[in-house]
Amino acid sequence: MSGREAILGNIRKGLKRSGPLAGTALELCQTRLREHRPNLIPARAQLPHAGQVELFVQMAQEASATVARVTERAAVPAEVARYLADIGFAAEAIVAPDASIAGLDWSAAGVATEARHARNGDRATVAPAFAGIAETGTLMLLAGPQSPTTLNFLPDAHIVVLDAARIVGPYEDAWAMLRSERGEGWMPRVVNWITGPSRSADIEQKLQMGAHGPIRLHIVLIGD
Amino acid sequence: MQITSPRFKQNAHEALGDAALQRALGNLKAGFPGKRAAAVARMPEFEQLRDAARDLKNHILEHLDFYLETFEANVKRRGGHVHWARDAEEARAIVLDICRKAGAKTVTKGKSMITEEIGLNDHLAANGIEPIETDLGEYIIQLRGEHPSHIIAPAIHVNLDQVSDAFHAHHGKYGKTERQTEPRALMNEAREILRDKFIAADVGITGANFCIAETGTTVIVTNEGNGDLTQTLPRVHVAVTSIEKVVPTLEDATLLHRLLSRSATGQEIEVYGTWSSGPRRPEDPDGPAEYHVVLLDNGRSNMLGNEFREMLRCIRCSACMNHCPVYGAIGGHAYGWVYPGPMGSVLTPAFIGVEQAGNLPNASTFCGRCESVCPVRIPLPKLMRHWRAREFEKHLTPQGFRFGLGVWAWLARRPKLYRLATQVATRVLKPLGGKTNRIGSLPLAGGWTAWRDLPAPQGRTFFEQWKDRQQAGGAK
Ligand code: SF4
Repeated sequence: MSGREAILGNIRKGLKRSGPLAGTALELCQTRLREHRPNLIPARAQLPHAGQVELFVQMAQEASATVARVTERAAVPAEVARYLADIGFAAEAIVAPDASIAGLDWSAAGVATEARHARNGDRATVAPAFAGIAETGTLMLLAGPQSPTTLNFLPDAHIVVLDAARIVGPYEDAWAMLRSERGEGWMPRVVNWITGPSRSADIEQKLQMGAHGPIRLHIVLIGD
Repeated sequence: MQITSPRFKQNAHEALGDAALQRALGNLKAGFPGKRAAAVARMPEFEQLRDAARDLKNHILEHLDFYLETFEANVKRRGGHVHWARDAEEARAIVLDICRKAGAKTVTKGKSMITEEIGLNDHLAANGIEPIETDLGEYIIQLRGEHPSHIIAPAIHVNLDQVSDAFHAHHGKYGKTERQTEPRALMNEAREILRDKFIAADVGITGANFCIAETGTTVIVTNEGNGDLTQTLPRVHVAVTSIEKVVPTLEDATLLHRLLSRSATGQEIEVYGTWSSGPRRPEDPDGPAEYHVVLLDNGRSNMLGNEFREMLRCIRCSACMNHCPVYGAIGGHAYGWVYPGPMGSVLTPAFIGVEQAGNLPNASTFCGRCESVCPVRIPLPKLMRHWRAREFEKHLTPQGFRFGLGVWAWLARRPKLYRLATQVATRVLKPLGGKTNRIGSLPLAGGWTAWRDLPAPQGRTFFEQWKDRQQAGGAK
């Protein structure tokens, strides 16, 4: 008998069932999967939109991200140029191939860019967020050719561009947005939830930023 | 990994006398419990979330076969592979086979307690494949030739100067000859050295906190980002996990997410929650070309059918050990195997046998703090008691203990005699407490008084006081 059959058999024995789930119990489980209902959602995550944006900024900063607000997308390159200068980095960045990022006028802001996935040694990257989750100041990014996941982990400074209109209250609303925009059952290869820069407290329980991932996380928030 | 659970008492004794360890444990006690309490205070719905998580886990366990099969089908649909391992040996063989087929020389590893449970590192090394731990804590203890002493803070027992020593001893070959003493500098050194390891590795092995049936997704939860580099840069990603980690939907994993970091480190949420569904797609510029999930049973399916089923709700948050006075006094290594603290005292006998691990469920004061903080409301003291009962049935408890229990049972069945005996004992012990009301030594109780005083009984027995209260209440 294969491991699979033995394990499933023993599970059924433990559950005092002779075969696979059937009848109403099976239907109930299938419905549960199909409906994927949210469980309890904390009151904190159920605010009007303006409150969510404010909460998102507050929670992201609490997690040691920095946040800059710009009024329109066209202002993003100038903010990135300002930020890079501020942290003492060269005016260079690897940007996500996504048109919403790579399509901006970077040269006007004096930032040299290359649109590709990240390689070891890249110091700063710019990537688009799919959503922002107010509850904990969490960014949600979708991996794919337009937004390679290495951009999120290899650089020292990770810059994420987020449209304030895409800030939701709870995580559940971000899942709902993913399903409604990309289709039921579709998942990108990787969904990244990111809350603040990389850290570790493994040396004497003292928190240090930048363990393996980015040492800095900067969020450029467009609009309100 | 060598099992030292049978010599638990000696381990504990040594741990209590280990000054460096005691200092390190002070950091733990000063950190985690307060941070958890603060995070819980900010989430008014926390208790309701715990109820919901308990109910969700119970539902999953009741339909575990269905959700596992659904998970498997969805992983396959996205081009991933699922392997089922009955025990540690099968799991090791599966992972080794994947590594061999990949022609692997080195593998990087994200933090995974399941790979500790199956003893993966030694097995890979014995077969000529070098495993490299990349979580900073795991890396430190790998250099020191140790195993984790805590399920989320594996190097909690190690002090700063010991980290300096370990790096100084091992990093010379990378040209790092200066002994660093600052946490920041030490971390930068590890970051630099491990970056090259991530890039050179042929296979990346991670665990998975959750496996989502609906989508065929595995989820890892980290703060460092090492898990992501581990699973993104090599050509092959293997997620080694166990059968009880499956959850129905993204929403269900989200519910458990709300509890996990708050219970563990007191963070609102981890830094990186990574939801992986299958291998690199044709248009992708990065990500692993192969994606494997290994589902380990190793005795878990047996627990489904016995009195330990509730233990399978565990989400490995570590709150129970962070709040345990016994763990706080002796640390994790004394428990003698992979899982320490209250959760380990229930799991270890199930995995390695009560004959070897019978001491662990006895190492509890039954103060109940573990149960009071467990996010999925596992009745840990009750489960430890089940092991004590089993141990007793198997005649594994020592003679003297059985005799003492026998005397007590005989007395307890004779209420009048029992009350008389406790009255006498109360009257005799009270004056021994002296001015401080604490007894420093007592015949037959040396095991207790060697480490702490025995509080002297104060005044009257419980039964006497109870009787008074009943009468006072009746008179009202
Ligand atoms: S038993 Fe409960 S408290 Fe302990 S690790 Fe598991 S889930 Fe956390």
